[in-house]
Amino acid sequence: MANAQDYIKDFPLLHTQMNGKPIAYLDNGATTQKPEQVIKSLCGYYGGCNANPHRGAYELSVKATDIYENARARVAKFIHAPRPETIIFTRNATESLNLVAYSYGLTNVQQGDEIVITVAEHHSNLVPWQHVAQAKGATLKYIYLTDDANLSDEDIETKITEKTKIVAVTQVSNVLGLVNDVKKVVKKAHSVGAICVVDGSQSVPHMKVDVQDIDADFFAFSGHKMLSPMGIGVLYGKYELLDDMPPFLMGGDMIEYVEEQHTDFAEVPAKFEAGTQNVGGATGLSAAIDYLEGVGFDTVEAIEKDLVDYALPQLRELPYIELYGCDSRRDNKTGIITFNVKDVHPHDVATILDSYGVAVRAGHHCAQPLMQYLGQNATCRASFYFYNTREDVDRWIAALKQVRKVLGYGA
Amino acid sequence: MAMGLEQIYTEVVSEHAREPENKHDLDCATCSLKGHNPSCGDEIVLHLDVENGIVKDASFTGIGCAISQASTDIMIDLIRGKQVAEARDLARKFIGMIKGDITDESELEPLDEALALKDIRHMPARVKCAVLAWHTLDMALDDKGKK
Repeated sequence: MANAQDYIKDFPLLHTQMNGKPIAYLDNGATTQKPEQVIKSLCGYYGGCNANPHRGAYELSVKATDIYENARARVAKFIHAPRPETIIFTRNATESLNLVAYSYGLTNVQQGDEIVITVAEHHSNLVPWQHVAQAKGATLKYIYLTDDANLSDEDIETKITEKTKIVAVTQVSNVLGLVNDVKKVVKKAHSVGAICVVDGSQSVPHMKVDVQDIDADFFAFSGHKMLSPMGIGVLYGKYELLDDMPPFLMGGDMIEYVEEQHTDFAEVPAKFEAGTQNVGGATGLSAAIDYLEGVGFDTVEAIEKDLVDYALPQLRELPYIELYGCDSRRDNKTGIITFNVKDVHPHDVATILDSYGVAVRAGHHCAQPLMQYLGQNATCRASFYFYNTREDVDRWIAALKQVRKVLGYGA
Repeated sequence: MAMGLEQIYTEVVSEHAREPENKHDLDCATCSLKGHNPSCGDEIVLHLDVENGIVKDASFTGIGCAISQASTDIMIDLIRGKQVAEARDLARKFIGMIKGDITDESELEPLDEALALKDIRHMPARVKCAVLAWHTLDMALDDKGKK
């Protein structure tokens, strides 16, 4: 049986304290902790290999270039991209999605066209599409949810039409924690001649992803939610689409030749990587992938499922706990549990849990339209990773039982 | 109770949060101003009835955490019947107290029941909850002054 204890030793931060208590870190949907192997890879890069890639003629710069390009190849293999050139390094999923919106969206969406997204999108896969729709006079349409919080099949069938140019969908909602059947959405999008953008921020860290099997046209994720340093993210795109698109950011390293009044741009992926890139971050991401594949996604999923199966029945016992996204009729729940404590605002819940050393997220989770759809101003979210234990869950639930008392409610 | 909580969720704070007497509409309001913390979703609307330079009545509506709700409710008790200048001075003192800029106890004394919130200054994550109503008040009265 998979055991979180085998991995905790690798994470220095999990051995620290918060408010004088051992930390129960349950905010992995926001960012994950980093293992020694990733931290050391950064020290190794900056301590022994640091130079500006793609530039110097000297050995060190060649080495930095190799490290950076090897990381690209590593990422390509990890998500089953057909070739390394289809991987563009960005700062994070937000930048990846903005790249698609600005570069592909503003070029290919015209007045009267439609963009279809889901109501469960993170702001990063929503606000850029609002911008494109407004800038081009297009309509932004939403796929809503069924009563068990899954995407409505009916909406997928009816909202995506011949007018649709872009469909953007998350593979796993950062609030509901349910795996969407993105293959089906992609298929529908392609059937009307639209392209499909998939946000993999909450899926790639937790499950095997094959971008070619999904047949996504664009696929975005962040490194920091999967053991990597912050500031490195990925955009995968189909080569022919990327090749046709104008650059997003312009400057050094993305050019072929520059004259006073004219520039020839570099080939993909360099065309989309202006300026000095985050080679240290790419190194860390590569080390994180090595680590994750060492753990194995079967193990990651088994540990997270065990924690959810352990926590949910206990939470359902508490009459003052409301749960969101926990009643899916499909077998598609991931390690995210979103909840509220009756009469208590999520920020007070989070503050009280914090005093017990338990870290959860409180607020709108950058998904305000989803909050409005759920009729909630804000919620709390506990999100697991493979280094979490049943003891973490015990401490979370024990602290939850104190919340109403602290605020003077009887029980 | 875990360490520190009793300094934040004092009896005064939790009572005002559970049963905020000033949370209702105000038909005679001369000014209603929305205040919100975008990062956490606290959202209040402060209603003021200001006549002849005096805050004749006030109330609030909206959603928020115990700290923002209690802070708003307590603030309204304090400013009701006060001159605009006095109310703004209270806001200055309260924000100064929470930000740690004003520590002189005698200067803070007029804050009366709002002193129950002073330990929030040690909780950077919650400072914005405590000052939301007072910033909103300051802006609302500033607006009044310009007219």
